[in-house]
Amino acid sequence: MNTKKIAWNAFSDVLAFAGSLVGLVVGLIFAIGGRDDVIMFHGWVFAAASAAAALYLFVRMIEGDGEPDETGYFDAPIRFATIATLFWGVIGFLVGDIIAWQLAFPVLNLDLPWTNFGRLRPVHTSAVVFAFGGNALIATSLYVVQRTCRARMAGRWSPWFLVWGYQLFIVLAASGYVLGVTQSKEYAEPEWYVDIWLTIIWVVYLLIFLGTMARRKEPHIYVANWFFLAFIVTVAMLHIINNAAIPVSFLGSKSYSLYTGVQDAMTQWWYGHNAVGFFLTAGFLGMMYYFVPKRAERPVYSYRLSIVHFWSLIFLYIWAGPHHLYYTALPDWAQTLGMTFSIMLWMPSWGGMINGLMTLSGAWDKLRTDPVIRMLVVSVAFYGMSTFEGPLMAVKAVNSLSHYTDWTIGHVHSGALGWVGFVSFGAIYCLVPWLWGRKGLYSLRLVEWHFWVSTLGILLYITAMWVSGILQGLMWRAYDSLGFLEYSFVESVEAMHPFYIIRATGGLLFVIGSLLMVWNVWRTIRGDASLDMEDQPRIAAAPELRELPAMTRPVPAE
Amino acid sequence: MDWSKHKIFETNSIILLVGILIVVSIGGIVEIAPLFWLSSTIEKVQGMRPYSPLELTGRNIYVREGCYLCHSQMIRSLRDEVERYGHYSLAAESMYDRPFQWGSKRTGPDLARVGGKYSDEWHTLHLKNPRTVVPESVMPGYSFLAERRVDATYIADDLTALQAIGDPYTDEMVAQAGADLKAQVDPDSDGAEALLERYPKAQVRQFDGNPEFISEMDALIAYLQMLGTLVDFTTFDASGPNLR
Repeated sequence: MNTKKIAWNAFSDVLAFAGSLVGLVVGLIFAIGGRDDVIMFHGWVFAAASAAAALYLFVRMIEGDGEPDETGYFDAPIRFATIATLFWGVIGFLVGDIIAWQLAFPVLNLDLPWTNFGRLRPVHTSAVVFAFGGNALIATSLYVVQRTCRARMAGRWSPWFLVWGYQLFIVLAASGYVLGVTQSKEYAEPEWYVDIWLTIIWVVYLLIFLGTMARRKEPHIYVANWFFLAFIVTVAMLHIINNAAIPVSFLGSKSYSLYTGVQDAMTQWWYGHNAVGFFLTAGFLGMMYYFVPKRAERPVYSYRLSIVHFWSLIFLYIWAGPHHLYYTALPDWAQTLGMTFSIMLWMPSWGGMINGLMTLSGAWDKLRTDPVIRMLVVSVAFYGMSTFEGPLMAVKAVNSLSHYTDWTIGHVHSGALGWVGFVSFGAIYCLVPWLWGRKGLYSLRLVEWHFWVSTLGILLYITAMWVSGILQGLMWRAYDSLGFLEYSFVESVEAMHPFYIIRATGGLLFVIGSLLMVWNVWRTIRGDASLDMEDQPRIAAAPELRELPAMTRPVPAE
Repeated sequence: MDWSKHKIFETNSIILLVGILIVVSIGGIVEIAPLFWLSSTIEKVQGMRPYSPLELTGRNIYVREGCYLCHSQMIRSLRDEVERYGHYSLAAESMYDRPFQWGSKRTGPDLARVGGKYSDEWHTLHLKNPRTVVPESVMPGYSFLAERRVDATYIADDLTALQAIGDPYTDEMVAQAGADLKAQVDPDSDGAEALLERYPKAQVRQFDGNPEFISEMDALIAYLQMLGTLVDFTTFDASGPNLR
């Protein structure tokens, strides 16, 4: 190791240590001077995390790290984020299912402040979107950017700061909701100080990603990285603008939005819809563009299609927000723009679906033998289905029925469970043997079980919500022969009961599927002998353990 | 079409980054920015005023408990909604809402005009255990609200913050915030009259039936009982100069 490198490492050690001390001081200020219990508690959590980081760094600096191997890929933080994905996934799915049962049987609310539906629902959404989805995106984006750039990830401590700091963000956000600290903007519930913390983490994420691309030995930036980059920068823009707020006190948790009423609603749904568009779509398309071709061992179907659908997708998505606000007090011109662009959005969405599905050209037989690729392909199919349903629901006439009903919940879950869930599961089943240097998964049969149990769960979920949503919408607008509204509101509530039970059952199956996955991944990481190695494709093995491609079919005669 | 022109984005991460930023900025600039300066966005109506300190406290409890996740506060301009809930919601009616509470789901009914529909006693019973008054309800119970005291220590700071970002709270309103909060549950006090001058149509009474202390139940019911009651629809002309 040359002296410049040693000096550089020493500098980054000192910087990281100083940063931890600053964190400790900031945490203690809130812990001691805070104006309410929650911010004081969060101050202690923040201070404890900073102190742990400072202590770890201090020991490392005293002991030195000898001759660290900084030549290969930097995968340790990615392994951490992969495990975090599973951990939060199970929690997020479980909380989701608990609140689904609460809607069927309200006694399950327990009527305690911290167990009521209203406080747990943001825990569910944040846990699945940001904790499960976010960790999956961090893990896969940092894995993919290194491989496709053939470059080691930038940073020495910053990737660790990113993954640990992100978990801290999740803990602060979720514990805040349970204790009653929320901004009440959907999917942007964390209060101002947690928002600032996420902003810092997100900027570090962007810098790591750009820094790794800057080191690349590959002249071209691979298509997956376009999507990951668009996801990172756009989420930063959305987060900062939507969360603009004034804290009542810099030592208190409460803040007020800088925007009011109609402007606030538009800003929020511009954010909210693009949390779907960029967090749950663009980011996961980046995942698709690496893991589908990799697992299928086929090139991406069309390069040109990827260019066209990338730019049109990111351009059109931003406009779609007003479709959450039809027939409201939002001016009509904005509603019309929202509808127009939402319908146009169907095309680039299906461009991505076609590019993903057609990548299987010549490899469709793998759907039969490899449940991992089946999971990836079915995720793309769900993506196609929900991106058709979305523009349909964004037609004002359809929306007048579907809005405020369970149909929206069903739509979100066909995207979230089917697309985001399955593409992440597929990517994790690929990643785990690759990251931990295993020849394959512990059990491909268990993946098969996971696939079918979860698919059944999703189908129960979305069909129940279609029926309940449309029923609800129809009951609300039904008139009797004398021209009076036929049903009172509570009759529609009563009618939902059987569907809420079916939905919660479907959700339970999805939770069970995720537990099968955790078991499988844990046994794989532990290095237990695989139960069915002979059935696993060669690509399941870590790159260094992989056999050369076998001829799968006879070469045609010249 | 010459696809090789795209190479500039594929070989230069900063150009790609700038390209993305430009493309994703346009929609927001066109759709959101004009709402801040087009005067037709918010109708001119009589009666809107910022929340009284007790109403604001109640509103913050509504936010804290996540009520917006099951109750909308936005009556759409559709026949059945207008007949079920009342006049469709105007943009002006949420002009002091930070953040807005329009909601996205009706697991329970819309609350934009719930003010005055039920008695305080009904609300108290309903919040403590919804199934005592609505047997089919799936709403959680909030009996703990009745036992929690409203902390009025910092209420003036809330008004100061809102004043700083443009809500029309006067310095007098800020100075009297703590007194106004207490006066709203004490109709016989001297402060009650001053409160009504500062916050017309504010409802001044004991809300939760427990005069011992000002509970979070008092604050939440005070908020619910004023929802949708400020604008005088007898003077509002939808086809007049307000038309968007």
